[in-house]
Amino acid sequence: MVVVQVMVGGLLLGAIYALFSSGLTLIWGMMNFINFAHGEFVMLGMYVALLVVTWLGGGPAVFGIAAAFALFVLGVGIYMSLIREVIRGPMLAQILSTFGLALLLRYTAFFIFSANFVSLPKTSLSGTIMIGGLFLPIAQLVAGIVAIVLTISLHLLLTRTTAGSKLLAVAEDRAAAMLMGIRPDRMQALAWGLSAGAAGIAGALMATAYPWSPSVGETFGLIAFVVVALGGFGSVLGSLYAGLIIGLIQAASAFWLGAIYKDIVVYALFVALLWFRPQGLMGKA
Amino acid sequence: MTQNLFQRVIIIVLAAGLLIYPLILPGAFFRDIGVTFLLVAISASAWNIVGGYAGQVSVGHSMFYGLGAYTPVLFYTLWGWPPLAGIPFGILLSIGLALVIGTPTFRLTGHYFSMATIAVAELIRIFTGTWDLVGAAIGLQGPATARGWWDLTFRGELPYYYIFLGVLVVLLVTTAAIERRRFGFYLRAIKASERAARSLGVPVRQTKIKALALSAAFTSIAGSLYVVKTGFIDPDSGFGILISVQMVIVAALGGAGTLFGPLVGALILVPLQTATNSWFGGGGTGLTYILYGGIIVLIARFEPGGLFEMWQRVAPKFWNRAHAA
Repeated sequence: MVVVQVMVGGLLLGAIYALFSSGLTLIWGMMNFINFAHGEFVMLGMYVALLVVTWLGGGPAVFGIAAAFALFVLGVGIYMSLIREVIRGPMLAQILSTFGLALLLRYTAFFIFSANFVSLPKTSLSGTIMIGGLFLPIAQLVAGIVAIVLTISLHLLLTRTTAGSKLLAVAEDRAAAMLMGIRPDRMQALAWGLSAGAAGIAGALMATAYPWSPSVGETFGLIAFVVVALGGFGSVLGSLYAGLIIGLIQAASAFWLGAIYKDIVVYALFVALLWFRPQGLMGKA
Repeated sequence: MTQNLFQRVIIIVLAAGLLIYPLILPGAFFRDIGVTFLLVAISASAWNIVGGYAGQVSVGHSMFYGLGAYTPVLFYTLWGWPPLAGIPFGILLSIGLALVIGTPTFRLTGHYFSMATIAVAELIRIFTGTWDLVGAAIGLQGPATARGWWDLTFRGELPYYYIFLGVLVVLLVTTAAIERRRFGFYLRAIKASERAARSLGVPVRQTKIKALALSAAFTSIAGSLYVVKTGFIDPDSGFGILISVQMVIVAALGGAGTLFGPLVGALILVPLQTATNSWFGGGGTGLTYILYGGIIVLIARFEPGGLFEMWQRVAPKFWNRAHAA
């Protein structure tokens, strides 16, 4: 029973990994660009949730939407002011731009919020329930389920709607999309907004269930790399499966090997993946 | 006086300045800045070989730095070897690691390569933190008092300064030699376009691995120099991601892929870092990185070629105007 409990916990956390990683994979699929500040977006989402709760006192629905919205705006802003220019520059500039952004966001958060771990005050999601003999914190359960729903929604948005088709058209062939009357610039700004928004709401969901500090962004950023590498670059559905798998693997290695080994196992898996199957499990070669 | 001659004069003045710097400013504070500057310049110049000239942006160079730092003190702790004897083994291990990770990761390009190097360095960092033989999270200590000069443990900063300066000169001479040889042209060709380089018969994979191995060897020496100076190493100061990031920033600020770019970057960033640290005390470390982050974003956005390239663009105009007048 303990094993099942641990695995369910891993899956629920993995669902949140899947949500923020789908944001990273979206940008990669759209413009062959890795956002090294993506983990920091998740971290910012957590602090937005905290600020909304302490200042305005909204429930999970309020601060979740607030975090998504705030990060959406930030994502669009970053695309317009920075990414749009550096994407035309040399490789070094592209990598440096989001790396610098990551440092800037992480240490500004340290400066404002200090390095201490914080957690949200009691919300309506506090407490645990028992389902089929498993004790589950309600916050984890709700966060995990909402994350899965949102990731699937993002997938449907990309594959079933006009806006999604436009996004994919720009990703496929920028010039051809332009000839069809699509403005690539707008679509890429939308992609950045969606990507950061997904990270923001994932952060808010995670904040309901787990404590955090400004340094979590680095870990989440790396986890997002691993999930995207496993799920295949550019595949939202792939990152859903991969997120759940990574959550499971982390939980299993923390349970059987000890908590300090959970990241070692995940990063080792990443290195092995890059070695043997650089296109990812679901990716096209 | 032509512009070329002018630049040569600047270089000679700078070299002379570096040589006599600790003698004109003998205070421990200034000497410490000088030593830090040299160390930062060495690691950034070492990164520059593969990251700047070959355009393979590694963000995991701390793996070589850490190996270079850990090996001498580990051999000292285990068998009482003097650090000087351990340094070559650090270099060999780093070259070995470069070969092992270079083979698979160089199939990856661009952002993908950067991600892979970060992951490998993080993996090594976390693993080091759990491994008791290398002191786990606490780290290792070098010799406290010197048994002889070969322990490289000196009381003052002066011997370190001149040892570091010597290493920097060797590194720059090596880089300058590469610049002029066929190997240097290969590197730049790969940076400009890997596909085009391959079609012209450049042995791409082999060249990249050679560059990484050479870069790893010098980065390892930088790590060794760090540890003989501080006498102490732990996972974060050896393998931490900020170590790698600093090399990239310093090189990129001055100009990645230029001989003196990393020096220019170090010349600006080291005093800046010292200033923020001394103005804001312990809380200054965070502020330093906010500043670092801001500088990198600005460089990436407005001057992706770094200050050196900006100078080369701006200086001729300036020069012509001065002559026209």
